[in-house]
Amino acid sequence: MDFGPFFLLAAMEGAVGAAVLAVTALGLSLVFGVMRVVNVAHGEFYMLGAVIAWWVTSLLGVHPALGFLAALIVSPLIVGAIAGAAERLVLTRIHYDPEATIVATIGMLYIIQQAVLMTYGPDARPVQPPFDFRIQLPWFGYSGYKLFVILAAALLMLAVWWGLTRTRVGLMMRATQFDRETARAFAIPVDTVYGGVFAVGAMLAALGAVLVTPIQQAHYLMGHDPLLLSFIVVIIGGLGSLRGTVLAAVIIGMSDGIISVFFSPTLAKIIATLAVAFVLVWRPQGLFGERPA
Amino acid sequence: MAETRDRRDKRTAAAGTPRGKKPAKTGGAGGLSRRGVLAGLGGAAALTAAPGFVRYSQAQSSAPIKIGFQVHRTGIGAAYGRWYDRTTQAAVKLINEAGGINGRPVEIVAEDDGTDPKRGSEVVEKFATQHGCDIAFGTLFSHVVIGSAPRAGELKIPYFVVSEGHHVASGMLNRYTLQPGITDVKSQVIAMAPWISQNLGKKVTMIFPDFAFGHNHRDFFTEAIAAQGGEVIERIAIPPTESNFFKYFPRIPRETEVLYHVMVGPGVLTFVKEMGEFYGSNRPEIFGFIDSLEAVAIDNPGLEFLDGTYFWEGMPRHAQADQTAYDKFYREAVGVNARGASVDDPKDISTYAHMFGCWETLYIVKKGMEACDYKGPESRAALIEAVEAMSDMPAGMAHPQGAKLFNGKTHQVFGHQHISAVRGSDLVTVHTTSIEDGLYPDEVDYTTQSL
Amino acid sequence: MSGVLALLGGPRSAALHLGLIAVLAVLQFVLAEYHHIAMSRILVLACFAIGFNIAFGYTGLLSLGHALFFGAGMYGAGLAAQFLAVAGPGAFLIGLAAAIATTLIAGAIALRTAGVSFMIVTLMFAQAGYLTVYYFGAYTRGDEGFVVDATMRTLFGLALNDATVRYWIALALFAVCLVGALAVARSGLGRVLVAIRENEERARMLGYDVYRYKLTALVISGAMAGAAGAAYGLLFGYVGASFASIQYSILPLLWVLMGGAGVVLGPFLGTLAMFYLIDLTSGVTTAYLLVVGLALIALILFFPKGILGTLREKLGARGASWLP
Repeated sequence: MDFGPFFLLAAMEGAVGAAVLAVTALGLSLVFGVMRVVNVAHGEFYMLGAVIAWWVTSLLGVHPALGFLAALIVSPLIVGAIAGAAERLVLTRIHYDPEATIVATIGMLYIIQQAVLMTYGPDARPVQPPFDFRIQLPWFGYSGYKLFVILAAALLMLAVWWGLTRTRVGLMMRATQFDRETARAFAIPVDTVYGGVFAVGAMLAALGAVLVTPIQQAHYLMGHDPLLLSFIVVIIGGLGSLRGTVLAAVIIGMSDGIISVFFSPTLAKIIATLAVAFVLVWRPQGLFGERPA
Repeated sequence: MAETRDRRDKRTAAAGTPRGKKPAKTGGAGGLSRRGVLAGLGGAAALTAAPGFVRYSQAQSSAPIKIGFQVHRTGIGAAYGRWYDRTTQAAVKLINEAGGINGRPVEIVAEDDGTDPKRGSEVVEKFATQHGCDIAFGTLFSHVVIGSAPRAGELKIPYFVVSEGHHVASGMLNRYTLQPGITDVKSQVIAMAPWISQNLGKKVTMIFPDFAFGHNHRDFFTEAIAAQGGEVIERIAIPPTESNFFKYFPRIPRETEVLYHVMVGPGVLTFVKEMGEFYGSNRPEIFGFIDSLEAVAIDNPGLEFLDGTYFWEGMPRHAQADQTAYDKFYREAVGVNARGASVDDPKDISTYAHMFGCWETLYIVKKGMEACDYKGPESRAALIEAVEAMSDMPAGMAHPQGAKLFNGKTHQVFGHQHISAVRGSDLVTVHTTSIEDGLYPDEVDYTTQSL
Repeated sequence: MSGVLALLGGPRSAALHLGLIAVLAVLQFVLAEYHHIAMSRILVLACFAIGFNIAFGYTGLLSLGHALFFGAGMYGAGLAAQFLAVAGPGAFLIGLAAAIATTLIAGAIALRTAGVSFMIVTLMFAQAGYLTVYYFGAYTRGDEGFVVDATMRTLFGLALNDATVRYWIALALFAVCLVGALAVARSGLGRVLVAIRENEERARMLGYDVYRYKLTALVISGAMAGAAGAAYGLLFGYVGASFASIQYSILPLLWVLMGGAGVVLGPFLGTLAMFYLIDLTSGVTTAYLLVVGLALIALILFFPKGILGTLREKLGARGASWLP
């Protein structure tokens, strides 16, 4: 294949990866930004989202499009409820201490993985895409569903942006993020906000996973990569910057696709990894973070 | 990020050979006639009905023989581990119902290794020093085998692996590590080359994971196809942290006649689907290793693209028209239906191409222990020598996958391999290689090492 | 004499830490074989955790890349033994040197950042190191790893695959790291490090070259991690990529947080507790990870600063004199 089409293909693949990553990372960004804790179990909420999507679609046994739609609603709700419960039962009691939270969420990671292994099993299982549509370009074919993922992710992010900047709940979140004590003084129920943010963060992870299951399969160890990639994206983008998180997801997703065009794939991964490190050395506050005073 | 993913290498695979072409007849020596099998089943049922008592009555010592089973219950190998477990339990049940080994019952002591080399070596230590096991057994993933084998050698506990890795025959391990129940990847790969070059084409593009298991495929196949007058025209290595594959397909040269793929781990469905999206209906011949699709139903949505492609299978997952009595018996004992799925849950697909290795290994252990009149840990060296003395292993109830040839010097077994075509939702065996197709010169002589 | 005592943190602390080493020396004659082997492994890994604690617990540097230093030590030693036929002590020193060099370079760059950026930069370096192991698969055998030849696993004529030799070496390494950590914690250097952890700006205003101090702490930390990696490879005979994976960056963090960050004995206790938590529960149930997860959560609810960290807090001044 010629260079041009090859590049186009890599860019399209990168865009799909970036779209899913952006949604998932947004969830982590909220939690990290507002609560200042590293949620190591974020990837497991993503995995739960995918597994529940498989359950919903296979239990319903309806047309793939309907099943997918149901999964898109049910899966984030269940995951959000689980995350909310975990937050109430554990994180509030350790007062969001950053170090204790790492241990507690590693504990959650073990629990969720083992629970899924015992119930869902170790197999990778696919979810039918809501529609089967293959686009034949002059050089290669491409999945129509993947293009839908990009669109859906964009819509989701617009919705989150709207929620954060145009609603009262969003205002409370931002106020809490900006200054927890002052927010409390203004009668913002900080504890409730924390619980809500933790749940919403997990729901976004689940949404990203539901979008991805027709492309990749639900598997009990699938949470690993999204956790680390999300974490990287959030920091590269700049803490607390919604725009930064999205743009960083696009940069990381796209570069992963494109660098591998030029180098042997494993070398490409090494270069991409080091590039992330050097971006942060150059701008420790992230691409769009504010330089600390 | 990468870590789990990379480990997608599952590895190991298996090998197999299964049923020979004329199974029932060759079954002779160790094997059973169909009637014998049925009689055995009846007897087994009678014995189970009289629990505990009769069974060991003839034993001089009724202390059980303890087999430490290193099982991948968690981690990336869990899908394999579950079926290795079921196969092992089924074989041990039969062995015990038939009187155990030397009149002593066999007890499986299972420990999860988390598919991790560190925990794996700890588990082997635990078998040897805490559980008082006679042998350790059952490991699949190569990195766990390689990580555990030095400890097994130092503790002088026989370590029977079911891994299909080339690590045993390459000479990397030690005299206490053996692989008598499953062929290694080198043998499998070189046995495929003649058929591929004669039936599919001579210009091959290989897609393989960029780690040791994939490199074995790359190196062994490149050499083997060249010997057949063919050529590998492109090698596409997929890095360990990759989760989408689409962008690699444009590297496949247009003149490719055969696409040879070996992918392992949960990413494989994505791989196949994306290959289908890329090619549509206009594709080269495709040959792959079933390792990728173990525990995955071949009629899974998204795998339609595989129709008309070919797979290596250690043992045919779908019962064939000329199914042997042993295959039938083995399926029933393990609880697998004619489609290779659990009889309790047709959606639960087995790792059929590999798991027979556990069954066969246990029967070899039994034979070896009987040959050396195994008494306990003090007879471990004698057990190693007894197994090293084995060579021909005829097809039979103890070897349901087919006849095998064991090389006592390299500690590696050789056997038949199968090539199956995907026809609709069926896997149909189109070729069975001879044992000779998979032989290669010895790379080590473990018998020169001290015990 | 009083100088030595001061170095060890006073009479109580000296008694506790030297006592532990003595108990461990005696314990090997009592322990059943399996626990004997397990303890030698725990002691080596505890050195890794002790090293991590110097960066994290004392200096406040949360690195997510210590697998790089552990791996550098392990591969330095393993490859030297495998390809250069350098036996025991030489291979260990090469591993140690590789880890120190790696820490110096990675640290010098990563320390230009702080906080969460430091976490990511170290994570990325470790990831690059891990992939490098795969990239040079022709030598490292990538994920499969390789067996270190028994003839290379000797120390001054002693075979490292002998259980007793292994235990003594593991204990010696542990003793060096533990006393070293104690000395660092009680020295002027240690006080500056804690000052940096508590308030970096203030330390800088007091005239300390914060960057240089942090780099020093990181190099000590990386050297201990590398020593543990080299010793692990040589003592147990296997070198593989899983030991350079991110899991081995998270594990020392977990061990240290469990035992108590900023407590010299914390890493050892955390390593010990985590090993037996998994080992014992996996003997009882196949769902042991569930139990481990619940145990971690329960532990952190009752001991939010880790076992010894919380204990020290509760004991007040007395605790501080026992547990520096």
